[in-house]
Amino acid sequence: MSRLKGLLRPKLRRVDLAVAMLLAVLGFAAAVQVRSTQDDEGVLASARQEDLVAILDGLSSRSARLRQEISTLTATRDRLSTGTDRDTAALAEARRRAQVLGILAGTVPARGPGVVLTLDDPEGKVGADLLLDALEELRDAGAEAVQVEGPVVEGEDGPVPSVRVVAATAFVDGDAGGIEVDGTLLRAPYRFTVIGDPATIAAAMAIPGGVTDTVEQRDGRTVVTRSENVAVTALRPLDRPRYARPTVEPEAD
Amino acid sequence: MIPAVALVLGVVAGLFFEPTVPGALQPYLPIAVVAALDAVFGAVRAQLDGIFDDRVFVVSFVSNVLVAALVVFLGDQLGVGGQLSTGVVVVLGIRIFSNAAAIRRHLFRA
Repeated sequence: MSRLKGLLRPKLRRVDLAVAMLLAVLGFAAAVQVRSTQDDEGVLASARQEDLVAILDGLSSRSARLRQEISTLTATRDRLSTGTDRDTAALAEARRRAQVLGILAGTVPARGPGVVLTLDDPEGKVGADLLLDALEELRDAGAEAVQVEGPVVEGEDGPVPSVRVVAATAFVDGDAGGIEVDGTLLRAPYRFTVIGDPATIAAAMAIPGGVTDTVEQRDGRTVVTRSENVAVTALRPLDRPRYARPTVEPEAD
Repeated sequence: MIPAVALVLGVVAGLFFEPTVPGALQPYLPIAVVAALDAVFGAVRAQLDGIFDDRVFVVSFVSNVLVAALVVFLGDQLGVGGQLSTGVVVVLGIRIFSNAAAIRRHLFRA
């Protein structure tokens, strides 16, 4: 311990001053070095050239990698968004077709300009053949959706048996009067609700030898009412074909 | 006592003035500091052994710093500066450890 005290004992000689100078320089240098290491710029500023080159190399290769990743992700995003557009368009097209086909097949209600044709038969002389003729006339005149119901009594609003008329609709004379339409027995007076061009259909009903004429020959009576807005509300279930299969695959677009 | 005060003064001055290290000296400053630390530990040990000599300390301090800087400078010229400075730091670190062990034995007899 006495020797350590000897180291600390002040005794001023020139060599002692030199020692003190050197230690002061050491402390100064150490403090400066610690200071310059502590801030980030100091680290880069005090780095060797080859270290800097290595750092720069790493940075540029990393940025190239990130750039590549960006382009990959951009391509994926573009692919996904155009795919979504195509899917949306295909879905809209499919919906549109479903609407059109649904009106044809009678699975969706329809509404539009048309006529209401009331056909009274007090003598019971109007048969299935005449109703079929009337339907053919309506179709010739451009009827797009048709329903038939009966008996329709003026001033009575109760539910009336009604049938949506489609391609496969059949008219059969009932055993005890009335007409069976697709298995539903309807009685006079019948009412056709037709969507189509009102003027054309009304004219078609009125031609000589047409529906109105024929019904009057059988002591019946017809009333044709044009309307800018009639509703065909009767529906029929969609029967899946048991045997027929489409031969063309549905388009993939 | 005077050397310890001088050391503290140097640290305070370094923290206070915050000088920027010249670019040319930047690779050598840390090595020089470690070399000087080695000389200081050696001096403390010599003092404890009773063989401390001022002149020897001054010469060893200066030559340590110069040789360390020279070795690193040569390494930089040869393209192995990084590795050589690592080597210098390792060697000086070993010497500092062995000096510290001798000092410890003197102080604590263990």
